[in-house]
Amino acid sequence: MSNDVKNFPKDAFDRITVDGKHAEKISKPSLNFWQDAWLRIRKNKGAIVSMFILIFLVVMAFVGPYMVPHDPENVRVSHANLPPKVPGLEKLGIFDGEGKLGSKTVNLYELKKVEEYYWFGTDSLGRDLFSRLWKGTQVSLYIAFVAAIIDMIIGVIYGGISGYYGGRVDDIMQRVVEVLIGIPTLVIVILMIMIMEPGIWSIIIAITITGWIGMSRIVRGQVLKFKNQEFVLAAKTLGASDSRIIGKHLLPNIMAIVIINIMFTIPTAIFFEAFLSFIGLGLQAPHASLGTLINDGYKFIQYQPHILFFPAFILSLLMIAFNLIGDGLRDALDPKMKD
Amino acid sequence: MAKYIIKRVAYMFISLFLIASFTFVLMKLLPGSPLASAEKLSVEQREVIYEKYGLNDPIPVQYVRYMGNLAKGDFGVSFQFKKADVTTLIVSKLKYSMILGAQALVFGTIVGIVLGMIAALKQNTIWDYGSTVIAILGVSIPSFVFAVMLQYVFAVHWEFFDVGLWNSWKSSVLPSIALAMGPIAIAARFIRTEMIEVLSSDYIMLAKAKGASWLEIAFKHAFRNALIPLITVLGPVAAGLLTGSLVVEQIFAIPGIGEQFVKSINSNDFAVIMGTTMFFSVFLIVIILIVDILYGIIDPRIRLSGGGK
Amino acid sequence: MEKIIEVKDLELSFHTFAGEVKAIRGVNFEVFKGETLAIVGESGSGKSVTTKAIMRLLPESSTEFKNGQILFDGKDLLKTSDKDMQKVRGKEISMIFQDPMTSLNPTMPIGKQIMEPLLKHQKLSKEEARRKSIELLSLVGMPQPEQRMKQYPHQFSGGQRQRIVIAVALACNPKLLIADEPTTALDVTIQAQILELMKDLQKKIETSIIFITHDLGVVANVADRVAVMYGGQIVEFGTVDEIFYNPQHPYTWGLLSSMPSLDTTEEKLYAIPGSPPDLLDPPKGDAFALRSEYAMKIDMEEKPPLFKVSDTHYAATWLLHPDAPKVDPPAAIVERMKKFPGSRYYEGSAGGGR
Repeated sequence: MSNDVKNFPKDAFDRITVDGKHAEKISKPSLNFWQDAWLRIRKNKGAIVSMFILIFLVVMAFVGPYMVPHDPENVRVSHANLPPKVPGLEKLGIFDGEGKLGSKTVNLYELKKVEEYYWFGTDSLGRDLFSRLWKGTQVSLYIAFVAAIIDMIIGVIYGGISGYYGGRVDDIMQRVVEVLIGIPTLVIVILMIMIMEPGIWSIIIAITITGWIGMSRIVRGQVLKFKNQEFVLAAKTLGASDSRIIGKHLLPNIMAIVIINIMFTIPTAIFFEAFLSFIGLGLQAPHASLGTLINDGYKFIQYQPHILFFPAFILSLLMIAFNLIGDGLRDALDPKMKD
Repeated sequence: MAKYIIKRVAYMFISLFLIASFTFVLMKLLPGSPLASAEKLSVEQREVIYEKYGLNDPIPVQYVRYMGNLAKGDFGVSFQFKKADVTTLIVSKLKYSMILGAQALVFGTIVGIVLGMIAALKQNTIWDYGSTVIAILGVSIPSFVFAVMLQYVFAVHWEFFDVGLWNSWKSSVLPSIALAMGPIAIAARFIRTEMIEVLSSDYIMLAKAKGASWLEIAFKHAFRNALIPLITVLGPVAAGLLTGSLVVEQIFAIPGIGEQFVKSINSNDFAVIMGTTMFFSVFLIVIILIVDILYGIIDPRIRLSGGGK
Repeated sequence: MEKIIEVKDLELSFHTFAGEVKAIRGVNFEVFKGETLAIVGESGSGKSVTTKAIMRLLPESSTEFKNGQILFDGKDLLKTSDKDMQKVRGKEISMIFQDPMTSLNPTMPIGKQIMEPLLKHQKLSKEEARRKSIELLSLVGMPQPEQRMKQYPHQFSGGQRQRIVIAVALACNPKLLIADEPTTALDVTIQAQILELMKDLQKKIETSIIFITHDLGVVANVADRVAVMYGGQIVEFGTVDEIFYNPQHPYTWGLLSSMPSLDTTEEKLYAIPGSPPDLLDPPKGDAFALRSEYAMKIDMEEKPPLFKVSDTHYAATWLLHPDAPKVDPPAAIVERMKKFPGSRYYEGSAGGGR
């Protein structure tokens, strides 16, 4: 606050003209919505690790069954109930083929004179659990993805129409949803499964029969929110057609929330499949899914816990990975969390 | 408010009517007969039984009769358990399911709220990460996998608890914990997000500016506001838990409704399946209705503005 | 005059994902007993942050106090423990926020919210606190205070809610009241009522007020002294008359010129070109130079100190340096300066001159 007058070179006080653009320059590069989202999800370690885990599991689901010389559906009773044995690791005293026989621990491979290695052991019919596990993962993922996509298509169309046209159409469509919501999902899924031939598609149909409701409600809410916003009204006043408004203005805006929701429907579908198979309503032998493998393993939990362990572990890993990616996407895409 | 409740109750009955009709149609489409697995019966005996239960009548007649009985609260008679009417059967099984469900709900909600509170108040610390991990595991790992794990570790391996069956209260510990994982995870995640949002709101800033202490802010101001919306999330979870879990009851051989339901499915026991489905639906719908009304009562913003949402 | 609070060389930064935001870069001011100091500036100039720093309401995890002191009652608030700070907040210093719609707890009856500081700081019994709260409500002009005690915030209009917030703030007769844009979210007619109320109450309870606003019209109405903030610094401060009729800083000129007035003859409203400086990487010299048509070479090199204009009036611009060329402010400002005795354009009041 002092008024000491320092001396400056004379020209220091020359007037200069500041380029107006200078002040307007934008210091940060402009990012579109997805680039911005990517920057934010990249900081979410859980989501990134999960993405790698998921990629690994998907690759293994297709490659895994061919990594070992055993067919996942090949029954060899003489090789039944073998514990895991992995070349290399066996020298460390783990995965060395030792297992319980009655109350004694013996090397079952030597006992049964088995030369081959079964990395994850075999089940009660002598089927290789390693290839079965990945085959089962493949089936579970297939069911989950197809179910999620069907849910999305029905949900987006139903919710979109209901929200966009509003009025009477919306009223009727929402009453239908209100009734459907009252039905316990699990019960309806079970009833549906019971009247259909067991198989992959009955499971998919059973899962999707009520699965789309959640998606449709979210899409409707989003459409209702956006359709009255200025940019849509502006497009309307400029004479844009319904299809152009939906395609160019509404869909891009609800895309983020649809993707987030898919990330949560996939694990739900995986869960339902496993659940149905576990109570004996899912796939029938010799086909495998994570659910049937867990069910098989559960029967031998007392003496052969490893049969249960591997599919239960992969199932849990899949569910965790999808949930974490879903969380990460939600945090990254939801503008409400932006700061 | 009264108008709103009346409207909701009317919808409830429409829903139930449709569910009942839908279940009836599904049952009629079902392949197999309830007597297929029963004792070897001659054609005549079978005819007698069909006649007795009205299974030979035209389907519309059966439908009207069924709906009429439902309206009187009569769910029919089980084929599997002779002379047992379905209502009595459900009521007799309900006790076990309710005990498990109530324990899981109370335990799970309390643990979940505590975890969520800690996570929100100690944001980005080891506490937060720990409780987030628990919540993620709880949401991700299916209850039956968790139940099997608990059973293996604590009942088979260490033999702390019974593997299954209902002998005493102790038998309910493992299944209750397995069932509680869901509410723990849901409550923890929900409370954390809500608390963080509430804590960053202007009125919390004002409370701080008034000189309120950290504890006063957390409990007097933030907690209540974060807790209210939790009710809407936990309502359907509560309905699911109290009506029994299909797999967890099966895994621990608990003689509850869920186990009964799976049994009936395997033996094509139409009456019990339909009865249980109706029971589940009524329970779910009524709980959701209660939750919505409760929410209106607890949240002054809704309570006093008069209408529903 | 007795100093209530003195902020010395305050410097603070926020740590964000993008980097260190130097939000406050050396701020000095004091508030005297019974006066109203207005802090004016555009969004992001640091006016809100300064007052939240006084209350220590900034998020602890991301805020770094780099330098300075905030002296209140002889102690440095920046070094006060959290516990002692709780005794200051609401009792010695209280605050009114911008948006009355969100600053009351929606699930707590308003009576309870007013009673809270009374119970906490004045150790009143519940009954006494209730009576005092009713008194406060009628003091802020709330009809039927007794009945309204039990009601919830959503049952009040925006203006009424701001009255309640004021009642909360005044509950313990604070020495200093910080009002952070208390009228910005309100309708113009309600704004005037709230301002009148605040002026009225200030006289009654003799509190000092720091009034933050970006609305110069409000400033003229309530303030005794004005501090103009730009880019995390105070660029000019003085009495209301000095700031309005003898402004020295080009930014203040810009602010005053962009104020709409009825008797203006120009058709186009003046707007300051450009946007506020990026405080992630603040400019080296005068932060305003890039937007100023009066920029000089030295503005790009060195930060201007505060030059004294009068005992109460200081401005941080190199234009006040004796070596600087004499420039003419915008015409509208010159018009204003003509009315101010002491300014270089003073023409004297009706008939008189120097």
